Amino acid sequence: MAEKRADNPFYFQSRLVLNELTGLRASTIPELLDHIKGVPGSVIYRHTHHFLEQHQRVVPTVPNDFAYWVIEELGEKRLGEKLAAINTIDFNSIRELRDKIAQVIEDYLRAYPQAASRTPPPGLEFHFMKSQSFIFQTQHAAYTLEEFCDCLMKVTLTSVYYHVFESRLRFERPANDFSRWLAGELGEKELAGAIARLNPYDHSLEGLREKIITLVHKRSLQLIGRPQ
Amino acid sequence: MPGLSEYEPIVGRYVIEELRMLASKLSGRTVQMVNSTAVGGGVAEILNRMMPLLLEMGIDARWDVIKGGDKFFWVTKTIHNALHGAAEGLSQDMIDEFMQTSEANNRAIDCNADIVFIHDPQPIALVQQKESRGNKWIWRCHVDVSNPNPQVWEFLRRFIVKYDASVFSAPQFSQVLPIRQALISPSIDPLADKNRELTRNEIEEVLHRFGIKRDKPIITQVSRFDFLKDPVGVIEAFRMVRKSVDCQLILAGGTASDDPESEIVLNEVMKSADGDEDIHVLLIPPGSNVEINALQRASSVVVQKSIKEGFGLTVSEALWKGKPVVASAVGGIPLQIKHRFSGMLCHSVEGASNSIKYLLNNPDFAKQLGDNGREQVRSHHLLTRHLTEYLLLFLSLYSDADVVNL
Repeated sequence: MAEKRADNPFYFQSRLVLNELTGLRASTIPELLDHIKGVPGSVIYRHTHHFLEQHQRVVPTVPNDFAYWVIEELGEKRLGEKLAAINTIDFNSIRELRDKIAQVIEDYLRAYPQAASRTPPPGLEFHFMKSQSFIFQTQHAAYTLEEFCDCLMKVTLTSVYYHVFESRLRFERPANDFSRWLAGELGEKELAGAIARLNPYDHSLEGLREKIITLVHKRSLQLIGRPQ
Repeated sequence: MPGLSEYEPIVGRYVIEELRMLASKLSGRTVQMVNSTAVGGGVAEILNRMMPLLLEMGIDARWDVIKGGDKFFWVTKTIHNALHGAAEGLSQDMIDEFMQTSEANNRAIDCNADIVFIHDPQPIALVQQKESRGNKWIWRCHVDVSNPNPQVWEFLRRFIVKYDASVFSAPQFSQVLPIRQALISPSIDPLADKNRELTRNEIEEVLHRFGIKRDKPIITQVSRFDFLKDPVGVIEAFRMVRKSVDCQLILAGGTASDDPESEIVLNEVMKSADGDEDIHVLLIPPGSNVEINALQRASSVVVQKSIKEGFGLTVSEALWKGKPVVASAVGGIPLQIKHRFSGMLCHSVEGASNSIKYLLNNPDFAKQLGDNGREQVRSHHLLTRHLTEYLLLFLSLYSDADVVNL
């Protein structure tokens, strides 16, 4: 069985980010909650994702800024653990993710009303920020599984991040870009499903790249009849 | 001046390719930088390094400097201190002086570029030209405005809101404003004389010239002579350290033409040093870049004990040289130092003294901090990252969508 060649190649894109300040800050959990409910979706996206790029080669233990601030600056570890346990991959839109975060905080404040009065040391308030993303084409494009694998090894981790995380949540696409192309252009539904089932939030970006390369390479060898 | 490709071995190929790609998207746009001094101080230093690279990338950029008399710069120094929280506000006489000089600069400087980029409060009122030109304006605030004097902030705010975008160096400086606020840290240039690798001979020559022997560990603070840099506090910390570790202190300070206060501070420092042979107070003129580089490289510990700080680039300079740094947790310094990982943060003279002493007594730990610090600067505080963010900021003036396809 030969490798299939796609009619439309996968163009690897990447992105650069301009960080923006909103001027909004929170000193207490109720203030945090109010702003979470009111800020633009891009603010929620930034505070639940920017750490992934900061920790390209290790998996951060606290996976979003809200959980980190509540634990480290307010010392409210129980709420921090609940926020850290929110599984971002379960949500297909920022709106749904925001609702879940707000609900966890509201439930907590109902159960532990005294937590509302906790404040951080001066200067350690939570500062709400957002990111503007600038997407651009890289020089890498793939028509086959082998080429796809080859490109994946060469592109930056930012490119991997963009196709797996950003394009899915910011454009509210049903799956990551890799899975959509593999299924749509090459008919590789099983492989696409296997990549979609990887929880990218459980891996460092480098670890995620390696996992995807392994899956694609294995399938590529299978197609050309070589031992795996 | 080094070309863009010379940065490739330091930051990698992708960073340089991305810069060129971004610049190509701004082809045909003109950019005009405006600040208050051509030499001395961090802003002038960054612009001096940045302008040639913008031009090399094909961006039609120029740089203008406003003019003002002594009285104007006393007023702007008052504004500077007030933004850092000082109680003294602006009298009507001061406001009149500020407005008159701003009017004169408005007549002298034609702000007609597509993008006018104003640095700090001194030239802020040039924005009055905006209405008649219809171009894009950015105000870049380099100072710590986390707790500004309300009267002075309100005075500046009426100009700030006329801009299209503002830029701050740290999240805590952000204010509620009706215009966009970008978070962009300043940077150091790894290829500048102040930061490039030096030979042993170059370092020895500078020490010899200043009469400094390497017979005991050197602790150094490089900063303008400014109350907010707390040079007297550094002397106090040094004297506490010296009780148990034999060492010497260098306080090396430049002056800037827009800072009339430095002489007063220098006098206080000399008084506090009181002829102590282990305290070297070096008044070095602007442009003494190799000298600063050599002094930092010869040091066992570099200190930045500021009371307030816009960003504190001397911290990144020292980290880039692999030096352990003890610095106050103010302004942008915590963005450069993660405590006990890439340096030591302190909150008092005693805290500074304890950390300096600890680092002098534990050289392996000190080296590890320096190594971590250098990698942190490589990722976040070099000129190429700064340029990338400025180009993104320019592009953002023409599209406010969350995701922009280039």
